[in-house]
Amino acid sequence: MFDLFLANFANLDSLARIYPLLLQGLRLTAILSLAALPLAMAAGLLIAILYSFHHRLLNAALLIYIDLFRSFPVLVLLILIFYGLPFLGMRLGSFAAAVLALVLNNSGYYGEIFRAGIEAVMSLGFRPVYAVFLVVLPQAIRIVIAPLATNSLELIKTTSIASLVALPELLRSARVAQEQIYNPTPLMAAAVIFFVLLWPLARLVARLERKMLASSQAHLMQARGVR
Amino acid sequence: MHALVENYFNIDVLGRYYPSILAGYVVTVEVALLTIALGVGVGLALAILRCLRLRALNALIVIYVDIFRSLPQLVVIVFIYFALPYAGLSLSPFTATVLSLAAVLSAFATEAFWAAILALPQGQWDAARSLGLGFLATLFLVVLPQAVRIAIPLLANRAISITKGTALGTAVSLPEVLGQAESVMAIAANPSPLTLAAALYLCFFVPLVVASRWLEQRQGLAR
Repeated sequence: MFDLFLANFANLDSLARIYPLLLQGLRLTAILSLAALPLAMAAGLLIAILYSFHHRLLNAALLIYIDLFRSFPVLVLLILIFYGLPFLGMRLGSFAAAVLALVLNNSGYYGEIFRAGIEAVMSLGFRPVYAVFLVVLPQAIRIVIAPLATNSLELIKTTSIASLVALPELLRSARVAQEQIYNPTPLMAAAVIFFVLLWPLARLVARLERKMLASSQAHLMQARGVR
Repeated sequence: MHALVENYFNIDVLGRYYPSILAGYVVTVEVALLTIALGVGVGLALAILRCLRLRALNALIVIYVDIFRSLPQLVVIVFIYFALPYAGLSLSPFTATVLSLAAVLSAFATEAFWAAILALPQGQWDAARSLGLGFLATLFLVVLPQAVRIAIPLLANRAISITKGTALGTAVSLPEVLGQAESVMAIAANPSPLTLAAALYLCFFVPLVVASRWLEQRQGLAR
């Protein structure tokens, strides 16, 4: 039973044969994350800054943009970009299509997060510069940091959908390898790699979220006079 | 402009193929609803089990939660569908998708409920116990009603984003709306079916997104 498990899911022979493929896939996953993450964050920051001008028409448009892309599954976006746009004569490679889908999808989320941070800053008012840096900014960062980490983790996880437009990132490489050697060891290996890389981040995110919830709850209870 | 209408809003193509796309939409909605019910249900159950503070059980729950919180949804779906058959467990695309998504959602739901339970002041437990309520009565009558209320806004966003993963079912050839639209698009050589699929997704998710925004704002006001 255990031997069967080892032969199928942790077959060292096949692992030795396919690990270059997996490493290549991992590299592409990393590059995709590194390309999409800063772009999405920058777009989100831009949205939040535009929002802070409180121009009524502009804000309505931004809210529609945010809710629209929050409502779209990112895979639908990717398929639309990759298979739909060529009909208009716009042909993007799978990497560019994946980056664009990830950025469009996540800029809305990041925008919401930064908006909350900016509002916190604004509500305290801009006074002397040193006060902004010492008092206001740290609070804004405290508000923003947990959701920012959460969303970034989600973005990195979402890069795996690029496998569905044939980009040979980690998951896709593992599938290709699995079909080459008729053995699910590559899939197991890919899952383990994803887990090892993302688990510390997931722990961090959970801790930040818990901290934030506890502090907001404590405030709430205090306000109600419950101890 | 003409090309745009011809390609993306082609009434002829839609008229011919809309039944299979709608059939796909039914599958999508089924998977989505089952995922939410199973995921939130299992998550709540696991959070309640954690309250028992049994060390071995807690360790198992933490491992389960950490695994499904760390892995991308698509990796879970692909693994369950393509790797488990080697262990003698073959699941249909429908079951594989629902189980994967529900597992991921349940991990986040456990975390949300548990964080909410922890966020309640210890005084709540002490007060209830000193009034003579038993452990279970305290848990179900005092702690959980408050904890669920705290957890809901936290959970709503998560549930929406994970439920959007129904589209990932295409990877294991689940005939849901995106997959149906894709295959029809290939037959008709026209992407209008994709437009319809996208619109159908919006019909399902825009109300949820707006509702979750409302929930968030309400909580913001309460604060």
